[in-house]
Amino acid sequence: MGRTLAEKVWQDHIVRQAEGEPDLLYIDLHLVHEVTSPQAFDGLRAAGRTVRRPDLTLATEDHNTPTIDILKPIADPISRAQIEALRSNCAEFGVPVYSLGSIDQGIVHVVGPQLGLTQPGMTVVCGDSHTSTHGAFGALAFGIGTSEVEHVLATQTLPLKPFKTMAITVEGDLPAGVTAKDVILAVIAKIGTGGGQGYVLEYRGSAIRALSMEGRMTLCNMSIEAGARAGLVAPDDVTFEYLAGRQHAPKGADWEAAVDYWRTLPSDDDATYDAEVVIDATTLAPFITWGTNPGQGLPLDASVPSPDDARDDVDRVAIERALEYMDLTPGMPLRDITVDTVFVGSCTNGRIEDLRAVAEVLQGRRVADSVRMLVVPGSVRVKHQAEDEGLDKIFLAAGAEWREAGCSMCLAMNPDKLTPGERSASTSNRNFEGRQGPGGRTHLVSPAVAAATAVTGHLSAPSDLSSATS
Amino acid sequence: MEKFIVHTGTAIPLRRSNVDTDQIIPAEYLKRITRHGFEDGLFSAWRKDPDFVLNRPEYAGASILVAGPDFGTGSSREHAVWALQDYGFAVVLSSRFADIFRGNSGKGGLLTAQLDQDVIESLWAAIEADPSMEVTVDLDSRQVRAGDIVADFDVDDYVRWRLMEGLDDIGITLKQADAIDAFEATRPTWKPTTTPVA
Ligand code: SF4
Repeated sequence: MGRTLAEKVWQDHIVRQAEGEPDLLYIDLHLVHEVTSPQAFDGLRAAGRTVRRPDLTLATEDHNTPTIDILKPIADPISRAQIEALRSNCAEFGVPVYSLGSIDQGIVHVVGPQLGLTQPGMTVVCGDSHTSTHGAFGALAFGIGTSEVEHVLATQTLPLKPFKTMAITVEGDLPAGVTAKDVILAVIAKIGTGGGQGYVLEYRGSAIRALSMEGRMTLCNMSIEAGARAGLVAPDDVTFEYLAGRQHAPKGADWEAAVDYWRTLPSDDDATYDAEVVIDATTLAPFITWGTNPGQGLPLDASVPSPDDARDDVDRVAIERALEYMDLTPGMPLRDITVDTVFVGSCTNGRIEDLRAVAEVLQGRRVADSVRMLVVPGSVRVKHQAEDEGLDKIFLAAGAEWREAGCSMCLAMNPDKLTPGERSASTSNRNFEGRQGPGGRTHLVSPAVAAATAVTGHLSAPSDLSSATS
Repeated sequence: MEKFIVHTGTAIPLRRSNVDTDQIIPAEYLKRITRHGFEDGLFSAWRKDPDFVLNRPEYAGASILVAGPDFGTGSSREHAVWALQDYGFAVVLSSRFADIFRGNSGKGGLLTAQLDQDVIESLWAAIEADPSMEVTVDLDSRQVRAGDIVADFDVDDYVRWRLMEGLDDIGITLKQADAIDAFEATRPTWKPTTTPVA
């Protein structure tokens, strides 16, 4: 019987298999950041252990880092201590680290792919749930806890039970203005925040094949928001083109050998999945979230839902609670929601293509006076590329702030935060209560919707602006 | 992890039930970046009371905690285990443990031995009568011995095996070092490494 992509990658990494025990899987790439690693390094030290493969391990600073004045000491002592611990741990154990000020610093899930380290058919882990991002290359990539981080550092393996597989097939052409972000928000709204529990989601179909690598990363990134362990897209020519020539990509004869292997990875025609979901791409529209979990999303043309629309009592309570926290009234058109802040960035939408989409909308326009807009590149290299293309000038001319690379306002762990009651349109991935700052209210949107919203001051799509073009 | 076969030490009677992990170590201690040095957080709210049993000089240096039923309920924080160990405990005795706490203890090498509540009661009385009394916890024979008290305790077979072998999860995997070496030898040479390339 045929095998799925996920099964092929799994089987190619089994170090040891024994009846009644989890499989021992080899890990090809272990990414590390400052928040979830200190206790793991400490555990190694206490047991007198070393890092087995520092050359398959890479650390970067991202969660706690400020996005202005990055070379000054970090003001918050706890953040500073975490960054300093990462630096001294990496020095002690020989792990390469890209620190603030390095050309390769940035959000861990932006840095890995851009260096060409994330490749098809690999196993990739990180003490971070959005490790699913790397699945865009056809790599089996998932987040792990601190004890597991220590386990991988010491052994380069993990004992794991196999995941179930779910095919999410999106067929047809996406309508103009509909992006990968809208697709994944629609998927999560359809299957729910727990719908992917225990599964690896494999995105398939012509709409997925047509996406760029950046778009595929956005899609896989938010698989975790549907409860899934990982997301996957089969590698194809788009993947190979993205990788060719990157710093850590294979070269010469190695490249040929690698591509030959990568071409064997896509799921076989007769492979079967444990679950299947089918979505008609032509019915999709720009999607936004109105509530406090990523499954509470609707097309921009819709209105704020009512508790009466609930599927069941649990859903009713969730809607009531979300409406109260978000301070929204049922029946209000989503376009009437005004925002104070627009955040463009994060491992979901902080890549060059996302910044280009924002610049395209902002070109010749101004951010509304009532709105503060932060544009934060996902990595230093993304920042430089954007500046080479002149995108920074467009952002600044429109009245947006152009910052240094990092997680920034995706989570309230560094100085970029919402204040209580403040409302944002954000290209990040979590709209949980207080995620962007205590009392802050988040609407998740695509980069294009973020830019249009910044211009009008209320949730908008670029098509709403066409008559107002300068 | 060190092998755990037999442990002998003095004990502290903690006559409380439903001791949750927030009491064992409050959330304010979780921002730390180390896995050690949590002894100051252990029962920190209760230790403000000078009469709390941990503050009493006659129990200084004890390494066995004899607690009431339902020990370790609530939050899954692994820090609760670390705090008990950092303070100097090697064993907790109780008539019932919360599952997650018990699992975390096994990972970290803290023995949680389950005894009938009447044995716990007699241990409490004996320790209070003579705080310097030695208590022996024998994992090999699954027995607690203290004065005239001899009682069998319950412990998970797999956890017992791991503790007696001195193996944590990482230790168990490291026993497969040959398999890992063999696997590594078969990896294609074109797989990337993170060390900077020229
Ligand atoms: S950008 Fe946000 S989601 Fe991504 S790694 Fe940083 S904090 Fe996590």
